[in-house]
Amino acid sequence: MAKKLDSYEEMIKGLWRENPVFVQVLGMCPMLAVTNSAVNAVVMGVATFFVLVSSSFLVSSFRGVIPKQVRISIYVVIIATFVTVADYTLLALVPAIHKELGAFIPLIVANCMILGRQEAYASKNSVKFAVLDAIGTAGGFMFALLALGGVREILGEGKIFGVPLFGDNFEPWVIMILPPGGFITLGLILLFFNWVTARRAARNQLQPQPVGSDIR
Amino acid sequence: MSEQPIQQMTQQDPTSTRLIISMAVAGFFSGLIIIGIYLATFDTIKENKARELKEAVFRVLPGVTQMSQHRLEKDRVVPYAGDPDENTLYAGFGENGDFIGYALTGAGPGFQDTIKVIYGYQPESDMGARLIGMWILDSRETPGLGDKIYKDAEFVGNFDALSIEPTIKVVKKGTKTKNSEVDAITGATISSKAVVRIINIANDKWLPHLPVNPPEAPPQTQTPTPSPTQEVQ
Repeated sequence: MAKKLDSYEEMIKGLWRENPVFVQVLGMCPMLAVTNSAVNAVVMGVATFFVLVSSSFLVSSFRGVIPKQVRISIYVVIIATFVTVADYTLLALVPAIHKELGAFIPLIVANCMILGRQEAYASKNSVKFAVLDAIGTAGGFMFALLALGGVREILGEGKIFGVPLFGDNFEPWVIMILPPGGFITLGLILLFFNWVTARRAARNQLQPQPVGSDIR
Repeated sequence: MSEQPIQQMTQQDPTSTRLIISMAVAGFFSGLIIIGIYLATFDTIKENKARELKEAVFRVLPGVTQMSQHRLEKDRVVPYAGDPDENTLYAGFGENGDFIGYALTGAGPGFQDTIKVIYGYQPESDMGARLIGMWILDSRETPGLGDKIYKDAEFVGNFDALSIEPTIKVVKKGTKTKNSEVDAITGATISSKAVVRIINIANDKWLPHLPVNPPEAPPQTQTPTPSPTQEVQ
């Protein structure tokens, strides 16, 4: 291993500096589809968190015995297994939310962020760092989902987690919970992140790096 | 293809036997886990579905405390204990075992996807045959607009005492004059019309076959019925 890994750094990087959504721009499909309310965002975030952390743990544990010729298939089998577990668990525990999330729970299998972490990180690092990295990345994903879901629910329905925030005179801005609202909100948040990145680069007297340039 | 020590394998390309075994082992454990979680959650999921259905029946038939499940077979309504399908209907009874009405279901295209509706039908009342409640079982209508077909209490309330004669009609909000008219939702006319159309089509399917004499109330004793989907409590 070229550099020594710092466990705190490995975990914290996914939350902000390498946030999977706002910096790496991965996992856009669930990001836009299920963030029309804060509750949906949290449940989706928890399911993805479970799948990513469990998969990273297994992939890293067996990184010595998985032949590299069939590694992608095995990663997909591992991920799909945990997604099925999450799917049935949610169906049993929170059937109403499972219904609203619909096809997007099974589609966690196809979330490129998860397979990406296995290929780029868990298959090359020890179990401890793989799990920390997964916690950070999944935490960053959850944070992003919640940021988007929160903004959209507040503006689109005048509520947060189903609790009304404003009086009866509040006219919900319906477009915010429709697909265009997802794109508008995501665009504005990406704009903010790029601005932060550019400012940080300017302070360090470096060239600003465009979004997505540091995907590993 | 003979077995070789694993240490040697990591240096050179693994044999195809080893690749196949790796995949098979992964698949085997994956299968075990998936079947395990399926079995572990099966009962809860089934219970959830039965409870959801029961709540829907109780919601569209006010005053009902017991229900029995029936099914339309060919052109006769017969008692039924299997899993519910599109030909299943429910009879609701009050506390004294008196017949209140049927809960009927219908499905059809909405603005986005199929809408599934359940509604309470009372064959005899002072205003003739009428609906006494409506609830949406499943829909993917636009959040904030079309989903008012179940979120807007005013629209749902339209169906609480709705004559079905000659036929149910949707009118512009606030222009309801007859007992058989439904006030549409402003901004969701298509969804409103879809609900009424689904109910009218379902009425054509159900009403000619409903028995003249209402079914008997189920026995008062709260013994568990043979089928877990048919809960009579």
